[in-house]
Amino acid sequence: MKISIERGTLLKAVAQAQSVVERRNTIPILANVLIEAEGDTASFRATDLDIEVVDKAPAQVERAGATTVAATTLHEIVRKLPDGALVTLTADSAAGRLTVEAGRSNFSLATLPKEDFPVMASSEYQSNFSANAAVLRRLFDKSKFAISTEETRYYLNGVYMHVAEADGLKVLRCVATDGHRLARIDAELPAGAEDMPGVIVPRKTVGELRKLLDDDEQAIAVSVSETKVRFATPTITLTSKVIDGTFPDYSRVIPQNNTRRLEVDAADFAKAVDRVATVSSERSRAVKLQLDEDRLVLSVNAPDSGAAEEELAVAYADERLEIGFNAKYLLEIASQVDRENAVFLFNSSGDPTLMREGNDLSAVYVVMPMRV
Amino acid sequence: MPSLCRDCLTRFETGRRCPACGSPRVLSHPELFDLSIAHMDCDAFYASVEKRDNPELADKPVIIGGGRRGVVSTACYVARIRGVRSAMPMFQALKLCPGAVVIRPRMQVYAEVSRAIRVMMEELTPDVEPLSLDEAFLDLSGTTRLHGAPPAVMLARLVKRMKDELGLTGSIGLSHNKFLAKVASDLDKPRGFSVIGKAETADFLRDRPVRLIWGIGPAAQGALEKAGIRSFADLLRWERRDLHERFGAMGDRLYDLARGVDRRRVSAHAPIKSISNETTFDEDTGNPEILDGHLWRMSEKVADRTKAKGLAGRVVVLKLKRADHSLLSRRLALREPVQLADRIYRTARGLFDQVEEKGPFRLLGVGLAELCPEAEAERSGDLLDPDAAQRGRAERATDEIRRRFGKDAIRKGRALR
Repeated sequence: MKISIERGTLLKAVAQAQSVVERRNTIPILANVLIEAEGDTASFRATDLDIEVVDKAPAQVERAGATTVAATTLHEIVRKLPDGALVTLTADSAAGRLTVEAGRSNFSLATLPKEDFPVMASSEYQSNFSANAAVLRRLFDKSKFAISTEETRYYLNGVYMHVAEADGLKVLRCVATDGHRLARIDAELPAGAEDMPGVIVPRKTVGELRKLLDDDEQAIAVSVSETKVRFATPTITLTSKVIDGTFPDYSRVIPQNNTRRLEVDAADFAKAVDRVATVSSERSRAVKLQLDEDRLVLSVNAPDSGAAEEELAVAYADERLEIGFNAKYLLEIASQVDRENAVFLFNSSGDPTLMREGNDLSAVYVVMPMRV
Repeated sequence: MPSLCRDCLTRFETGRRCPACGSPRVLSHPELFDLSIAHMDCDAFYASVEKRDNPELADKPVIIGGGRRGVVSTACYVARIRGVRSAMPMFQALKLCPGAVVIRPRMQVYAEVSRAIRVMMEELTPDVEPLSLDEAFLDLSGTTRLHGAPPAVMLARLVKRMKDELGLTGSIGLSHNKFLAKVASDLDKPRGFSVIGKAETADFLRDRPVRLIWGIGPAAQGALEKAGIRSFADLLRWERRDLHERFGAMGDRLYDLARGVDRRRVSAHAPIKSISNETTFDEDTGNPEILDGHLWRMSEKVADRTKAKGLAGRVVVLKLKRADHSLLSRRLALREPVQLADRIYRTARGLFDQVEEKGPFRLLGVGLAELCPEAEAERSGDLLDPDAAQRGRAERATDEIRRRFGKDAIRKGRALR
């Protein structure tokens, strides 16, 4: 195999590959990227056995062929090459080496045979549809903060993407929760997605997917089966196993009868929470909210380190209420709000609280209070 | 050389027998009346209590432990002559000493006796740091004027009182820091009284193995041996920096200990680091129902102790021992500290469910680590477990019932498995 490829194009493809590769690997070939050259494209494939990414890049192919080489090393080399350089990759299978040449730089890297590289088995997808990058970005960006890291409840270690009904309309919905907070984000159901099985997209896949979604107008081809999910742009294909488990029935978690309504400027609110939480030394970082007519007092009282208080003008017309939250959780949900005011709906100081943006029901957050 | 008779407590200058009572139990050491950090260790504590309460056992080998299956918690000196040691599996102990009388521990009795000894120790100094029911550090610095006698005399009087009033013997180690006091108390057990003075510290340690250090178990020993460290003399050849680089915080400590330096204070309120309970089964089992019952009982015991101390913990630990005695342990750091048996059990259960091995196991333990004050515990609920709050209230009510009417007044069905 011998190919020449522009440094920027190569860097993008290799960067995608090396981020899928697990840092600590017991199987040597999994640290490698599989490079395949044919026609006028080179494809770069990497996997951790759960996720596989294939990035196709235009290249001058002098000699077709394939090889595998350490993804992180190749990435580091290409990253350090000067911008605009033309990089030539030449595989010498007899010597088991890949030469990387650019200008006066010359590297020789150890390779492993391409036959040893595990290629993810292709499967039948029950549902294939197309969604705009902007739509998927919103669905995952606004839900991923709530993904759990707790391994005992592994079925929470991802975003539950499924078809649901909202106001009599079918929607594409993403839900994530760790038991302390929950995010439920809806988008218009793309044509062809009606029969999509609900799947739990793992945290790492959500992170990798994000890299495909920067261009608003880009159409993303989505394919879903019971066990796998695939997202593809014309150049990049991301295939991932989904979490084998049942996502809990989240609908009963979302409070329906919370009537005490607080409306507040989300940015002001987040800044105030952040400021008062500074004095909190414990890991729990509890912030107390005291609500009175059109008045919100945020306070932290940490006996070991100090106390802080801040008052905000808000819209609130219900009874006096005192309720505590983890400052980090409040900050995270408040930062999801980007257009209108944040609307909080409370019940009592022990019940879950609901938050949304204005009256927009397409993004709903629930957060559990904490004793203060 | 300053000398002391351990029988009549007479102080005198040099002599092999006490000039007052003629006893040969004489202590002589140049620094005898200058040292004030002591370690008191009861001799075969559980076994001695049993022998005291049942004189027929006096010259029989006695082993305290949990049934045929458990491990030896204490062996009396008669059994020790046959090679029985604590922590030895019972079957092995019985092989060495077939005639041994095996007695199940009566923890409540031991705890009572321990309290009585504690009271005696606290009459000597407020700085008593118990390590377990049967051993403690004492710092008698600055008490000479108060007692009208130096620490060595008061300590000799303490063991004499323990013998006279409680019928139990103990060994004393007296030195200038905790590490050496603990080492000393072990030097001529039982009924020992050993002194390691400042002047002799370096000579004393030089050729001894590093496993003398409390906390250096087989694993640490292996790591040290790899670095060519077996004795204190080996340690002395290392720079502090190099030890630190290789062994971290332990390296720093080793550097100091090699020089006989230990700056830890004797503290009556040493913080508790973890709370755990474990049980060795009567027979190995892989039965999930039986294991679940043990899991609940251990969780409840841990919760009881945690509640009693006003604590909570952030990390739940599950420990299992396979039939071949190898250990399997899992831990989970929680988002917030827990105290309730229900939360400990559910977390441990989650860990247990993730263990792919199906057993059989011989031991199960549950523990709580990274402790903190109980006020920080269970402050927020779980969205996905809306009944948790109610179960929590039920547990608090159950605790109240048990407090008033006894531990067995109310139990979960699960506990009967």
